[in-house]
Amino acid sequence: MPTDQIQYKSHPGNLILSEPNKLKVENLRSEEMIINLGPQHPSTHGVLRLEVLMDGEIVKEVVPHIGYLHRCFEKHGENLPYNQVIPFVDRLDYVASMNSEHAYAMGVERMLGIEQQIPKRVEYIRVLVAELNRIASHFIAIGTYGMDIGAFSPFFWLMRDREHILRLLEWASGARLLYNYIWIGGLFYDLPVGFEERCREFVSYIKPKIQELNTVLIENRIFVERTANVGVLPLDLAINCGVTGPMLRGSGLRFDLRKVDGYSVYPELDFDVPIGEGKMGKTGDCWDRTYVRVEEIYESLKIIEQCLDKLSSEHKRTRDFDPQALVPKKIRPKAQDLYVRAEIPKGELGFFFRADGKSDIPFRCKCRSCSFVNLSVLQEIAKGVLIADLIAIIGSIDVVMGEVDR
Amino acid sequence: MLDSFLSVVKPLCLTEPVIDDTASPKAIKIAAVDLVLVMDTLYRNPTTYFDMLSCITGIDNGVQVATMEVVYNLYSIPFHHHLMIKVMLPRDRPEIDSVSHIWKTANWHEREVFDMYGINFKNHPDLRRILMPADWEGYPLRKDYTHQEYYRDIKVAY
Repeated sequence: MPTDQIQYKSHPGNLILSEPNKLKVENLRSEEMIINLGPQHPSTHGVLRLEVLMDGEIVKEVVPHIGYLHRCFEKHGENLPYNQVIPFVDRLDYVASMNSEHAYAMGVERMLGIEQQIPKRVEYIRVLVAELNRIASHFIAIGTYGMDIGAFSPFFWLMRDREHILRLLEWASGARLLYNYIWIGGLFYDLPVGFEERCREFVSYIKPKIQELNTVLIENRIFVERTANVGVLPLDLAINCGVTGPMLRGSGLRFDLRKVDGYSVYPELDFDVPIGEGKMGKTGDCWDRTYVRVEEIYESLKIIEQCLDKLSSEHKRTRDFDPQALVPKKIRPKAQDLYVRAEIPKGELGFFFRADGKSDIPFRCKCRSCSFVNLSVLQEIAKGVLIADLIAIIGSIDVVMGEVDR
Repeated sequence: MLDSFLSVVKPLCLTEPVIDDTASPKAIKIAAVDLVLVMDTLYRNPTTYFDMLSCITGIDNGVQVATMEVVYNLYSIPFHHHLMIKVMLPRDRPEIDSVSHIWKTANWHEREVFDMYGINFKNHPDLRRILMPADWEGYPLRKDYTHQEYYRDIKVAY
């Protein structure tokens, strides 16, 4: 195919037709205007487009337009065998792939009925890497949020520390971000020799850094002024909108699927579920959501330490341990519908499967993504705020567009 | 647990609800006409109190079977109950009432099902495509879907 040729005709009107505004210019009242934010805008954390109806500096209505990063996950899921979908699952929430993989693998294992047979060592490794990735994801959330608000240094510090986690995970899986490490029925590899020690070093390295983060960013006067009492999400609205994860906990409900459902080895581990208490303003404001994320990092570190203890004592590495021993050669669950959910850093990630019992390919593979649902609450809480606060609210939702659009 | 849900649901239904045991969580199949009343009761009834709608899934059973399904996954935070509600729709005229006035989260979920399957949600406040461009032809997740050859002079086939 010749490449010097323009491959399509350019019609400026196309954009308007393919993604028309919901708000109409004719319906504007005096002093009102429509502002278009995105899809290319640094504070939207990806390709999110917002149509904002403004009255002066006050936001009257927000209409999110999504789908710019739609990669047909569900169509792929319906056309590939179960085990081959895992790389696509990685690309949903690309900053927390391990957690999504864990949820997906758990669902397929539950359909096959092998969930209880998975060796404890495999489960502990899964939880270990998932919690490491949870910290990495929260680092991104807090770091970029700080940058939205105007704090630049915490972003660099957190990206630096996140890199330590990514290196650990790269050591284990071979990839930096998209791991394909957790397989149905097992793992790609056992942990490399010496991983536990390095991980312990990392934990002792990171603890003072988070303390530093707390003093520099979270308790910073400017940060508090920008986020406290902004974007307050009341609990009843949060539940009605299906919001989950740190956003729901920020609104004051102690609801964490790791505790509530107690999947994997989480019931054996000791950790708390931090909630927003309105320390700086009202419960459920942007500050509370960020605060919950910081506290969750501490809890994740606690889980990691316990996993490392177990992995170096009770479920020690042995010469004959094969993490792929239970990986089924042929994945053919009996005909059933199943909805599985798990807590990923942004909230409840759910998968709905329909297996027909005759093929290795799911008849239907639906992903209920938490960012998608969490983003839908934006139109509710962004009414009547200032445009600068709108940016603060988007950041505090912590959307990953890869997961919103799937 | 399912029996108590069924006893709540049953008196409201014009057509007999059916239990589906193979599903996990356990499912109740109801008719499309009963949907809003059943959902509203499940939401309000103090013994069920399904305050969270986790997921809405659309399913196309193909041209031969000629049905579509909409699956609702409900969850009750205080009671820790799960329930799946399944509604069967004819494929030639898939229409169902919206539940977005009960759970706000249904708004976007239903838009997605509409986008992917072309199922019409009646009384939905804002039924537009959500993931695909507004002028995209066809509903991509239908089993008999074939994509258009050109989209705005850009070749679709890769």
